[in-house]
Amino acid sequence: MKRITIDPVTRIEGHAKIVIQLDDNGRVAGTEFHVTQVRGFEKFTEGRPFYEMPGITARICGICPISHLLASSKACDAILAVRIPPAAKKLRELVHCAQMVQSHALSFFYLSSPDLLLGMDSDMATRNVLGVIATHPELARDGIELRKFGLQIIEGLAQERVHPSWIVPGGVNSPLSGQVRDRILSDLPSAKVIADRTIQFFKKAIDNYKDEIEFFGSAPTMYAGLVDRKGNLQFYDGGLRFRAASGEIVEDQIAPEDYADWIGEASLRESYLKAPYFKPQGFPEGAYRVGPLGRINAADQCGTSKADAEFAEFHQRFGSPAHSAFLYHYARLIEIVHALEKIELLLADPQILDKHVRATGGVNSLEGVGMIEAPRGTLIHHYKVNEQGGIIWANLIVATGHNNLAMGRGIQQVSEHFIDGNKLQEGMLNRVSAVVRAYDPCLSCSTHALGEIALRVQLMGANGELLDEIATP
Amino acid sequence: MPQKKLSIRIDGELISAVEGQTILQAAKANGKYIPTLCDLEGLTPVGACRLCIVEVSGTDRLFPACTTPIQDGMSVTTTSKRLTQDRRISLELLLVERNHVCAVCVSNGHCELQSMASAMGISTVRFVYNYPKLGVDLSHPRFVLDHNRCILCTRCVRVCAELEGAHVWEVTSRGIHSRIVSDLNQKWGESRGCTSCGKCVQACPTGALAEKGWAVEEMVKKNDKISALVHRREVQV
Repeated sequence: MKRITIDPVTRIEGHAKIVIQLDDNGRVAGTEFHVTQVRGFEKFTEGRPFYEMPGITARICGICPISHLLASSKACDAILAVRIPPAAKKLRELVHCAQMVQSHALSFFYLSSPDLLLGMDSDMATRNVLGVIATHPELARDGIELRKFGLQIIEGLAQERVHPSWIVPGGVNSPLSGQVRDRILSDLPSAKVIADRTIQFFKKAIDNYKDEIEFFGSAPTMYAGLVDRKGNLQFYDGGLRFRAASGEIVEDQIAPEDYADWIGEASLRESYLKAPYFKPQGFPEGAYRVGPLGRINAADQCGTSKADAEFAEFHQRFGSPAHSAFLYHYARLIEIVHALEKIELLLADPQILDKHVRATGGVNSLEGVGMIEAPRGTLIHHYKVNEQGGIIWANLIVATGHNNLAMGRGIQQVSEHFIDGNKLQEGMLNRVSAVVRAYDPCLSCSTHALGEIALRVQLMGANGELLDEIATP
Repeated sequence: MPQKKLSIRIDGELISAVEGQTILQAAKANGKYIPTLCDLEGLTPVGACRLCIVEVSGTDRLFPACTTPIQDGMSVTTTSKRLTQDRRISLELLLVERNHVCAVCVSNGHCELQSMASAMGISTVRFVYNYPKLGVDLSHPRFVLDHNRCILCTRCVRVCAELEGAHVWEVTSRGIHSRIVSDLNQKWGESRGCTSCGKCVQACPTGALAEKGWAVEEMVKKNDKISALVHRREVQV
């Protein structure tokens, strides 16, 4: 038996390692995906006032604090038992769409485009965003512009780009000014041009990745995502839908408060990341995927014209549901197009400038669940409080968790196809990392990753002797 | 009878003050700045935070300006390397003693402890954090007490006793175990003396006492209400 360890997996958010077990013939015998650090938010928030939870849980992640703010505030809305003002709901949706644009742009342009543009086997020293800037400056500039557009909306609404305190239990804490709305509207056309240019570019380039599409975690699973009653893709509200690998809808319109009837959480020996599964099918058979691909597969359509055209073309080319994890990138670009259209629709609604943006209340319910679609998938915050409003129990299911089982299967599949254990090649191992990267996992939600990112891969012999080693300089 | 005038020097400048004034009062009356945290106009000074320490000529001891009465001919120094260093140490010790996590605090951006640390350029502390496990008293229907954020300035104790006249708050235990308690160490919500006036909340310099329901950064204290009450009281008396 030999063992290959990829530690840490690079260009993802958070800290993980992959262990690949080889048999005596150098073939893959098994794989494990480890998230190596624990965060402990569910424990240390016990005793805190519930209305502090959005601010505290937003610190789980610096990439998408808005997602945690929203899911947490929704859980708090449920504890207050208030219906938030319509303008507040629209403003939350608006900031969420902006977050979707900036986070997807980060994933696609900064983290994944080096693999896609420079090649999986290209020189590791330049296979990063700087390499992309050198070889594809226009595309790199587009990525920066698109991310800036999203972040500037967040800043315009919430005064801060990272960790704003604007989204609060009961709504948001200040209305939108006409000036900020007009500024966003004036920047919107160029963002739409960039999104369109990128998706057209990707669609042309996708034929170069036939191998990746075929073997890149293409094992069929169920898919989950929020949809409205008409089956439209939803980011902020809606009910949870599970769609089977065959395309059939297994369960639909699951309300946030009922999530635990359908989603079980298994603890794994090798990881701090729990593995949620679809309860009726049990563990581990009930694996499902969330995130851009999960949503695009779960929904019947996006609900906006341009994105719907892309949605139809996507399914026409790759089937419905489309199973390859490589298509996460494609789905992500469709969602950027949809988010930009949604931003335009929201800003066209005069109600968005309404001054009444916050509902208040006390502890009217001892339990609350908030469920939204974070960029990486369904995010659930579930709190129980005492009568005074102190948290007595909290459960968070982060998007990356849902994908845990599927990521594991994807790693197994891609390893079996690309890895020849008798001789290590960095490009092969990067394909293993890239399958994880396709999911854009936010492991920061369960870990703190800081400092130098280094890749070290060791090939160990049957008796534990080091046979081969590759490391970043 | 007119009060006796005294002459003192603050940072070398000759100023006229009134007998009975503290160094801090004389300095304020003459536009001189001395940093403070536990002091609040209208409440009896207690010298708890030690930020207002000053040097007095003729002695090597440092004196808290808020509790030291002036004497004729006294020469006071309010700024020096030694004072800056000692004030920083006091502030750093306050920061490590409990769990001050500004990023998730209701008073973030409106906190006197935070602004003082920022004004003194404290971006890191040299001492090991204490990380005590402290509770939050949520039993009051309108207010919350978070011991994690308390610096034991006792403004709440004094404002409740001296201005509201309810004397609900007190300090229990000693040294590092000291805690603010209501009545005879009952939960705040069960206090029979509390009139729910909220003066303690407005007087508190940090997020330790806050109104319920405010999210991060939203709790803005209304210290000016306390001063307004102090002035009205003096007119009536």
